[in-house]
Amino acid sequence: MNVRTILATKGSDVITIRPHQAVREAVRLLARHNIGALVVVDEAGRPVGIISERDIVRAAARHEDRDVCAMLVEEIMTRDVVTGTPQDDVHSVAHTMTERRFRHLPIVEEGRLVGIVSIGDVVKAQRDLYRGEVDTLQTQIMADEPQNAS
Amino acid sequence: MASIGTAERPLRVAVIGSGPAGFYTVEHLFRQKTYTVQVDMFERLPTPFGLVRYGVAPDHQKIKNVTRIYEKLARRPEFRFFGNVEYGRHVTLDDLRRHYHQIVFATGTQGDRKLGIPGEELQGFHSAREFVAWYNGHPDYAHLTFDLSKELVAVVGVGNVAVDVCRILLKTREELLQTDIADYALEALANSNVREVYMLGRRGPAQAAFTPPEIKELGELADAEVVVLPDEAELDELSRRAVEEHPDKETLRKLEILRGYVRERPSGAKRRVLYLRFLVSPVEAHANEAGEVDGLKLVRNELYMTEAGTLRPRATEQFEEIPVQLVFRSIGYRGAPLPGLPFHERWGVIWNKKGRVVDPESGEPLTGLYCAGWIKRGATGVIGTNKPDALETVECMVEDVEAGRLLDPDAPDPEAAECFVRERQPNYVSFEDWKIIDRLEVERGKAAGRPRVKFTSVEEMLEALRREKAAVR
Ligand SMILES: Cc1cc2nc3c(=O)[nH]c(=O)nc-3n(C[C@H](O)[C@H](O)[C@H](O)COP(=O)(O)OP(=O)(O)OC[C@H]3O[C@@H](n4cnc5c(N)ncnc54)[C@H](O)[C@@H]3O)c2cc1C
Ligand SMILES: NC(=O)c1ccc[n+]([C@@H]2O[C@H](COP(=O)([O-])OP(=O)(O)OC[C@H]3O[C@@H](n4cnc5c(N)ncnc54)[C@H](OP(=O)(O)O)[C@@H]3O)[C@@H](O)[C@H]2O)c1
Repeated sequence: MNVRTILATKGSDVITIRPHQAVREAVRLLARHNIGALVVVDEAGRPVGIISERDIVRAAARHEDRDVCAMLVEEIMTRDVVTGTPQDDVHSVAHTMTERRFRHLPIVEEGRLVGIVSIGDVVKAQRDLYRGEVDTLQTQIMADEPQNAS
Repeated sequence: MASIGTAERPLRVAVIGSGPAGFYTVEHLFRQKTYTVQVDMFERLPTPFGLVRYGVAPDHQKIKNVTRIYEKLARRPEFRFFGNVEYGRHVTLDDLRRHYHQIVFATGTQGDRKLGIPGEELQGFHSAREFVAWYNGHPDYAHLTFDLSKELVAVVGVGNVAVDVCRILLKTREELLQTDIADYALEALANSNVREVYMLGRRGPAQAAFTPPEIKELGELADAEVVVLPDEAELDELSRRAVEEHPDKETLRKLEILRGYVRERPSGAKRRVLYLRFLVSPVEAHANEAGEVDGLKLVRNELYMTEAGTLRPRATEQFEEIPVQLVFRSIGYRGAPLPGLPFHERWGVIWNKKGRVVDPESGEPLTGLYCAGWIKRGATGVIGTNKPDALETVECMVEDVEAGRLLDPDAPDPEAAECFVRERQPNYVSFEDWKIIDRLEVERGKAAGRPRVKFTSVEEMLEALRREKAAVR
């Protein structure tokens, strides 16, 4: 199973923000879309960072004297984001995200941002796959006892 | 007036497609206790169950027993089956909007992915999807022909569908006789000249998509031997490290089974050979004068690690030619657009968010429209995977009933719906009708010592039904 499967049921585009926008705007978007992170993109739509709830909380703690909402996204965003592709295997992505401790993976194809996958999405996809396999196995076991079925 | 979802005003749901996703949607709808629900299921074929009947291999009868669960659901009084009724042909979205509060699309996949290499359109270059539908007796594919007088065959891809195709190509008449494979396919395969099959994986054994029981079964074929070349069984450095760091049981088991197939060359104990090849990709199919496939050029791949940690293939400069005359690409199924619904080209699915069909522009849900199964998430997962998938969709549906986000049908009653279906398709097939077809097929099978002998054309099915009903009268 690859990342494509996860993106297929995530609806429309990724919510993005530009580096020069205010953190206030990021907060608004996070709340409106009920999500944990935004991908920060340049003019060409290439991801240059991620701004998450955590980044905002951390910045607020670090800059007690400042109005974090008035700061720029690029001042507090996480740079050096790891990106994935739709062809990445879900299980490798799961290992990479847990080991390198990040929760959001922007997905890029042909230089364009096409989605974002969260650790929650990854865990759910793996759980559903596993449940499905168990269910199919159970059905087969049931089929071995032909009299019980109908 | 009573609210929708009560005994006086049941929630009326149309489910399009009768595969696992359609039936699990019904199961979850009936399982929730908040609302009274009535379901009408529409299926373009006279026969229910989708890929369980026309995809799952004919020699995997046990798996097909899952239909007993679906039958139990189908016998409930709140459920009706309208077979031989196609969405987009007999009924449109506007029709359904007139009769139902909610509509769920569980239509599966009607296409497959292409390799995009020169020669793919040649005579003798087929899709595994068509071959599978053909040997399973799907009425739309029964007329196809595959030239099994050829001796050397390649199957591209190493998923479980590729394994099915290889197994069916390599089974003997005696083995096939125990299955419900279509009669014409049985004849063609029992008389085939196929001698060697090459199953081609673009990555290594540790990344192969097939599952352990499926490759173990390959080792049990009566007259075919499996060969994995020693240097291709050897893991490359990156794979070795990945397996060491994350030794998941399934991968270890797969590698263990594959090691059992390692040999330089076939022992000759069996008439046919299946070569499981790794780290190769087809780059071009060559043609003979007649325009048929005659040779497949492969490039050797090496693996590299993506930023996100996946091992992916990359072509080297090393090429080889295998002298195959028949090729099946088995690199995945793909959904096709349905009339009136937004289609996401990149993923090959209906535009959706957790099963709610959404408008691509605004991202907002389109009231009353839902999807489930392969047309929702793409062509992955076993039968059971459609269960959590359908649950997610049904949860959205229930939420929307609560919020009153429903269609506003002007004739939301069962009689009106049946009337309109009959008008569009007088030859619709009910579930009781299907059970007659089912019984006749099983009877024909008994006579031949087989699980069933399928009808392979819609006409044949309808004719048998007419005869049977006339006899009862
Ligand atoms: C070759 C093959 C073998 C497989 N073997 C196994 C196996 O051994 N074990 C396992 O667990 N899983 C197996 N799978 C996976 C399993 O079949 C799928 O997970 C499952 O069938 C997907 O369910 P679905 O309901 O989404 O689609 P489908 O099963 O494809 O059902 C879709 C239904 O919708 C109908 N339909 C389509 N368009 C319309 C329309 N316009 N109007 C009305 N009806 C329409 C179709 O006729 C079909 O009946 C296999 C898959 C394939 C391809
Ligand atoms: N017995 C069973 O339980 C059974 C039987 C049949 C099907 N199924 C299920 O049905 C689903 C669909 O099966 P499937 O076999 O169609 O799909 P699949 O499991 O996704 O396998 C597709 C295969 O094609 C390869 N591939 C994709 N693009 C390619 C390309 N361009 N060139 C070369 N190879 C390419 C993939 O390799 P990469 O990994 O490198 O992309 C993979 O090996 C699966 O979930 C499967 O488990 C189950």
